[in-house]
Amino acid sequence: MPTAQAPAPQPHQPQPWDDHRIEVILGNLLRSGVLLSAAVVLWGACVYLSRHAHEPADYRIFRGEPSEFRTIPGVIHSVINGRGRGLIQLGLLLLIATPIARVAFSIVGFAIERDRMYVAFTLIVLAILLYSLLGSGLGV
Amino acid sequence: MTVLEFTAVVAIVSFVAGLLGSLTGLGGGVVLVPLLTILFHVDIRYAIGASLVSVIATSSGAAASYVKEGFSNIRIGMFLEIATTFGALLGAFLATRIPTSILAIIFGAVLLYSAYLSRKPRPLDQRSLPPDPLATRLRMNGSFPDLEGPRSYNVQHVPTGFSLMFGAGALSGLLGIGSGAVKVLAMDQAMRIPFKVSTTTSNFMIGVTAAASAGVYLSRGYVDPGLAMPVMLWVLAGSLLGTRILVKAETKSLRLVFSVVILVLGLQMLYKGFWGKI
Repeated sequence: MPTAQAPAPQPHQPQPWDDHRIEVILGNLLRSGVLLSAAVVLWGACVYLSRHAHEPADYRIFRGEPSEFRTIPGVIHSVINGRGRGLIQLGLLLLIATPIARVAFSIVGFAIERDRMYVAFTLIVLAILLYSLLGSGLGV
Repeated sequence: MTVLEFTAVVAIVSFVAGLLGSLTGLGGGVVLVPLLTILFHVDIRYAIGASLVSVIATSSGAAASYVKEGFSNIRIGMFLEIATTFGALLGAFLATRIPTSILAIIFGAVLLYSAYLSRKPRPLDQRSLPPDPLATRLRMNGSFPDLEGPRSYNVQHVPTGFSLMFGAGALSGLLGIGSGAVKVLAMDQAMRIPFKVSTTTSNFMIGVTAAASAGVYLSRGYVDPGLAMPVMLWVLAGSLLGTRILVKAETKSLRLVFSVVILVLGLQMLYKGFWGKI
């Protein structure tokens, strides 16, 4: 007589090759983001160095950056004013955004695989990242 | 020193740090902060801010070449990123409150530990461990291409690994480094993830972890464009070159040289921290 209990449904197995395809796309996304941000930083470096090359450089004493280099509106404003250091900060902001975009796209990947648990995990990571970017006063 | 001279020498140091960091797998950030503070007398907070952005650049820049090989495990990475990003936020907030001399002491201790770890032989990959119920529920077990075809592995001790990764994230946020040494402890030793999988997965995680604290650093004015520019560009260039020549290079003697450099820098940072010279 067969046992009354039906076999437990097999847990959803990870699909390494689906994962792999998503990762290749994400890897390329990351590389493009880095190259784009490096290009912006390089552009800013040319502007900055062409104007300030012969001024003294001193980083011994910590003063903190002025608000035009430490908030998103400030950076955008200084880019519009054609400032080299504003462009460098814009490139660095793009750089910080790159892994965040990677996390955001992973949500789509996990959703396609119908992996709700990992969609939830990824949303937690994304929430922490966005909190760090916007909650720390960068947006104002 | 003028801005041009300063940019040029920081560029050279960053390039060498990025190259050696990627050739030895120990990361460039861990030597950059002490070099900038000891050689160029840069305030440690500026040095940490600049190093942090270079960590994002190297991690994201290398990701494309790593994922092609099919070793990294996106689920392990994403799950542990919950711990590392939380830790990184905490570390970044602590960094703005801790005196710089304490930062230097913690940094020195991390350097000494990294030097010790780089001389220790890697634990042998243990094959066919029994599946752990929690790791199975979290769908972390996987396989990767090995010489004899695909090899499967079962992840162990998830809670221990998760807690250690929280610590790794906190150190990363506090010191602006990738915390490769603590990640090795968590993923290789505690969770028993095969070396190839843990290395590539942790590379993937480093950028996300650093991004979590970079926002805090930038908004606090710790990221100076004049300093971060040569550091970010040239660490990236050095590490991209490093991943290209990695297959051909003899890394054993390089690792020895690099770990001696790390040891010396660690002692210097401890000295500076304890005597309040930073």
